[in-house]
Amino acid sequence: MNSAKILSPGRLFLYVLLLLFALYYITPLYVMLSTSFKTLDEIRSGNLLSMPHEWSGAAWDKAWSSACTGVTCAGLQPFFWNSIKMAVPSVLISTFIGAVNGYVFAHWRFRASEAVFTALLVGCFIPFQVVILPMAGVLGKLGLANTTTGLVFVHVVYGIAFTTLFFRNYYISVPEELIKAARIDGAGFFLIFWKIILPISLPIFMVSIIWQFTQIWNDFLFGVVFAGGQSQPVTVGLNNLVNTSTGVKEYNVDMAAAIIAALPTLFVYMVAGRYFVRGLTAGAVKG
Amino acid sequence: MSSLSIRNARKVYPNGTEVLKGINIDIADGQFLILVGGSGSGKSTLLNMIAGLEDISSGEIAIGNRVVNKLPPKDRDIAMVFQSYALYPSMTVRENIAFGLGVKKVPKAEQEATVKRVAETLQITHLLDRRPAQLSGGQRQRVAMGRALARKPSLFLFDEPLSNLDAKLRVEMRAEIKLMHQRLGTTIVYVTHDQIEAMTLGDRIAVMKDGVVQQFGSPQEIYDNPLNMFVAGFIGSPSMNFLRGKLLAHGAGSAFALEHAGEATLLPLPSSHASLAAWHDKEVVLGIRPEYVTDTVSARRSQTPDGYQPTEVDCTVEMAEPTGPDTLVFSWFNGTRITCRTHPRAAAMPGQTMTLAFDLSKAVLFDPATEQRLT
Repeated sequence: MNSAKILSPGRLFLYVLLLLFALYYITPLYVMLSTSFKTLDEIRSGNLLSMPHEWSGAAWDKAWSSACTGVTCAGLQPFFWNSIKMAVPSVLISTFIGAVNGYVFAHWRFRASEAVFTALLVGCFIPFQVVILPMAGVLGKLGLANTTTGLVFVHVVYGIAFTTLFFRNYYISVPEELIKAARIDGAGFFLIFWKIILPISLPIFMVSIIWQFTQIWNDFLFGVVFAGGQSQPVTVGLNNLVNTSTGVKEYNVDMAAAIIAALPTLFVYMVAGRYFVRGLTAGAVKG
Repeated sequence: MSSLSIRNARKVYPNGTEVLKGINIDIADGQFLILVGGSGSGKSTLLNMIAGLEDISSGEIAIGNRVVNKLPPKDRDIAMVFQSYALYPSMTVRENIAFGLGVKKVPKAEQEATVKRVAETLQITHLLDRRPAQLSGGQRQRVAMGRALARKPSLFLFDEPLSNLDAKLRVEMRAEIKLMHQRLGTTIVYVTHDQIEAMTLGDRIAVMKDGVVQQFGSPQEIYDNPLNMFVAGFIGSPSMNFLRGKLLAHGAGSAFALEHAGEATLLPLPSSHASLAAWHDKEVVLGIRPEYVTDTVSARRSQTPDGYQPTEVDCTVEMAEPTGPDTLVFSWFNGTRITCRTHPRAAAMPGQTMTLAFDLSKAVLFDPATEQRLT
């Protein structure tokens, strides 16, 4: 192709535009990172975009273990572990239930399965705010109010609609004949799921895990409403940390804390991200 | 080893569509049954019902004198080969073949022996540690058959197993399936839409259309004596020619009369045909296979002992298709396009006139209204 070698004005414009967008997106992260390594003096006197003159990890240390969040001053650490304890089971349970649901809706249709599936789909469109009051009542009746278990329950219930949709759309592309062959071989519902369906589900598991982890880790509303003092997630901790002022506004600590709160989702994206797009489109092209 | 009998089997879906309208088929132990028909004929549904993958709405299916209506697939003593092969993608060939045995809790040593035996039979020993994605179409086909063989079933079910293969491989695998059947002598039910597969493989063919068995019989019976125009047109390649005309009294017997090139033309029927006096002076459809419309030299060579001679008519050739051993000539006769199988050297060029001999000794007559065979 000859035209690829010549940088036409149109191409040049496109690249410049893309570059600008890339800069636009990377700048906040850059500012956060550089600010978090600066000392307070340097922040006050220096330029927002300049690199730190002397690198200091003090802000990170403080954000993690000693910054004040309200009356206690133990940093984000306890909140971070709360979030882990809450997010990991929520993600795994909702993903697994979604996988079984999707398998049923794709390959073990029952009389009203289309209606049930449609009802589940509607669940994807229900805003968080709507369920807060009734959910608080349910949690209270179950004796799960203000506990991590309660928060896990909320996230699982809320996540099932999405995970079911993901898995159902993925499994619909698995040929029906595969299930028939296994049934003739004598395998039942769960054996087919374990031995035949699960081993080919890695991409969609990655999609579901990334999606659910991002949603649950970044959730603030459910965390602030349903979690008690001892089980509040990192998003609530970050909010408290930033809003607790002890005279001076410690931007470097705020930035470090914000990055700490965002690190796990970044990590999940980096580990599982290459499966993400592949998993989302797999069902569409396989036919 | 077992026989199969299907008695008045019907399939009705909850929304009221009747896919199978009372099927009756009986085959003996060791026979090769073909279910053939176009899409929507219900042939695959029937196979799934034999396999136990779909419920039987009413009627009975018995495998080896045991009614299996209520049995799950695994207890029916069957194995099935699918069109897409349906190999378990995450397992190696070895695991694919052994999967059913593992489910049945067959001891490991016995499983290995079975895999070895099956792999040797199908010559896939070198593929045992590969995954399905690393196999070619033909190899996948063999593995799918291996998986079925490993179950040592008394009834094999094949659901269009050759449709996904290229033409050459299809012919090879077709021969292998037939050889396998001759060697093992297991009863087979084989679904296909390909009438050549039906003719070459089957002991018994059930031609299906719209959920009804149109005709059930041996391949030769169905080829020579089709019961209606659908069967006549469906079986045989190229298709049977259908000509519309009138049946007249002719001497002691009958003759088929039609107009060709503006002239009344008479094709006398040989005396071997049944008396059709009831149909004289009525419209009928004459069915004649391409091999009985041929060049005069080939026709004269195959004269019947009772003195019947094919009628010779001049026709204009529209197109010729050489196939090698013979040439198919397409021509117009009585306003209908007809196909004739001629000797390659006798075939005329397009546009030329050629004398075609119509041999009616194997011709069949149909009622134009009901499309049923005249008797």
